[in-house]
Amino acid sequence: MTDFAIRVKGLSKSYGQQTVVNDITFDVRRGEVFALLGPNGAGKTTTVEILEGHRKRDKGNVEVLGYDPINAEKQFREQIGIVLQGTGVEPQLKVGETVEMFRGYYPDPFPLEEVLDVVGLTSERNKLVRQLSGGQQRRLDVGVALAGNPQLLFLDEPTTGFDPSARRDAWDMISNLRLMGRTVVLTTHYMDEAEHLADHIALMSKGSILSYGTVAEIIARQSGTVLGFKLEDAKTVLPKNFSDAATIKGNKVTMRTNAPIPLLYNLTSWALDNDQNLDDLRVEKPTLEDVYLDIVRSSTEKDAKL
Amino acid sequence: MSTVRLTIRQIKYENKAFWRNPAAVFFTFIFPLVFLVIFNVLFGSDPLELPEGVTHLSTFYVPGIAALSVVSASYTNVAMRISFSRDQGVLKRIKGSPLPSVSFVIARIVHSTGISMLLVLIVVSAGILVYNVDPPTNTIPALIVTLLVGSAAFSALGFAITVIVPNVDAAPAVVNASILPVLFISDVFIPMQSAPSWLTIFAQIFPVYHFSAALQAGFNPFETGLGFELDHLLVMGIWLLVGIIVTVRFFSWEPRR
Ligand SMILES: Nc1ncnc2c1ncn2[C@@H]1O[C@H](COP(=O)(O)OP(=O)(O)O)[C@@H](O)[C@H]1O
Ligand SMILES: [Mg+2]
Repeated sequence: MTDFAIRVKGLSKSYGQQTVVNDITFDVRRGEVFALLGPNGAGKTTTVEILEGHRKRDKGNVEVLGYDPINAEKQFREQIGIVLQGTGVEPQLKVGETVEMFRGYYPDPFPLEEVLDVVGLTSERNKLVRQLSGGQQRRLDVGVALAGNPQLLFLDEPTTGFDPSARRDAWDMISNLRLMGRTVVLTTHYMDEAEHLADHIALMSKGSILSYGTVAEIIARQSGTVLGFKLEDAKTVLPKNFSDAATIKGNKVTMRTNAPIPLLYNLTSWALDNDQNLDDLRVEKPTLEDVYLDIVRSSTEKDAKL
Repeated sequence: MSTVRLTIRQIKYENKAFWRNPAAVFFTFIFPLVFLVIFNVLFGSDPLELPEGVTHLSTFYVPGIAALSVVSASYTNVAMRISFSRDQGVLKRIKGSPLPSVSFVIARIVHSTGISMLLVLIVVSAGILVYNVDPPTNTIPALIVTLLVGSAAFSALGFAITVIVPNVDAAPAVVNASILPVLFISDVFIPMQSAPSWLTIFAQIFPVYHFSAALQAGFNPFETGLGFELDHLLVMGIWLLVGIIVTVRFFSWEPRR
């Protein structure tokens, strides 16, 4: 048995003229939580659906649990669990029946009670699927993916649309899966989710992996220093040489620089001249959030130029 | 579990889900009975003296209603339910599980075949009890074979037609447009004696004509043999194959975007 649950090398996929996944390479170790983090349209779903065998790739090598997912059938499917965006289960079956139906497809399934307990649907066991709330249906989706006691779980945006407490529950559940030795591949556009759950993260944008590693590694790889502060009035106009380097969100300004001293000097003198307080002024290494926003910003800038 | 056992298990779940929807069940079963009543109002069920002997008029329209029941419970129902399940992502879910695709497809075909048989049984029983239909006797085996082959063929074609159904909103239009004209030219509702011969020949390309003709033969009270209509069964068998081949080759587990 190799140490890797998934090995991807040079994977590419296009739809017509549009290259959706562009020559990406990464490995997922057995027993870890791996996150594909990126904005909408980055190519995350396309990537995981190729790994699941739902879509064909154009180029590259893909090995999932030792199988090429596009040819693998029964034995491969018996070892993986899938939660996709926008899939459902038969609405006219009860919750318990649904999990039971899926359990029967696998050689060594989880006990029904345990599945229901893990996803918090024990008291909904005899309810029809169509009577469940949206959040409950999503949890049932996860339950169905768990039913077969899979080695490897794919979770495509597992908490999108969840309220904060449901999201906490989902996070606990995913952490538990990791404790049970399962490998989890999740996609998300929430960086706190990736940061909280994942052992390794691949930052993805416009079909490419722009950075890969642990949170610490990703940050360490980013050169530069972050300067951040709050404006008293969001409408305040920054001098041009600042606004070019800045990301402005409401009244929050962050700047990235490789030369922090002159920038800080200019910034503070501008602040003195203009009676600005520079509330919450910070000078630090970039956080994952900074790196992520940088990536999203540079990919939207590319869009604007096109 | 073996593919056979998985298939049988899947049929049970299909069946559970089917009976859970009371409105759908009610209208599935009331539909042919409504036709039976209407035909009786229109044509009556009086004794009919023919050169071969005496029978009742109802004996001639019950096979047509049986054909209609099977077509709607197999073809229409399978096509609509598959389109719906596909849009809901149910099919993609199944595709991602180890359940063999063939088990899922066969389970739905077997289930709708069973429902079709039950419908025919109800219509024929009601016809016999209420409207003087002459019960078939020596042709019963031939009738069962015809109904099985017909239901299976129309179920498989119900799968096959979903290949050109892009999403569930388009399903009713595609399904009705593909089946209603064929029903009208196949001697099911409207007698085709006065139809131009090219139309009759054209109708014979499709399975409904042959299904209806084989059922007519099976309900013919003056049939002295077993009533197996091999030529009609053959055409239905070919359409069954066409349905299976198109499904295997082109079926999509996801709606088109
Ligand atoms: N089946 C498809 N046909 C054409 N374009 C597609 C298809 N699936 C995805 N895309 C496009 O590929 C890009 C990446 O999509 P996706 O993988 O869903 O991204 P993400 O999951 O990161 O939001 C998007 O621009 C999307 O419109
Ligand atoms: Mg996605």
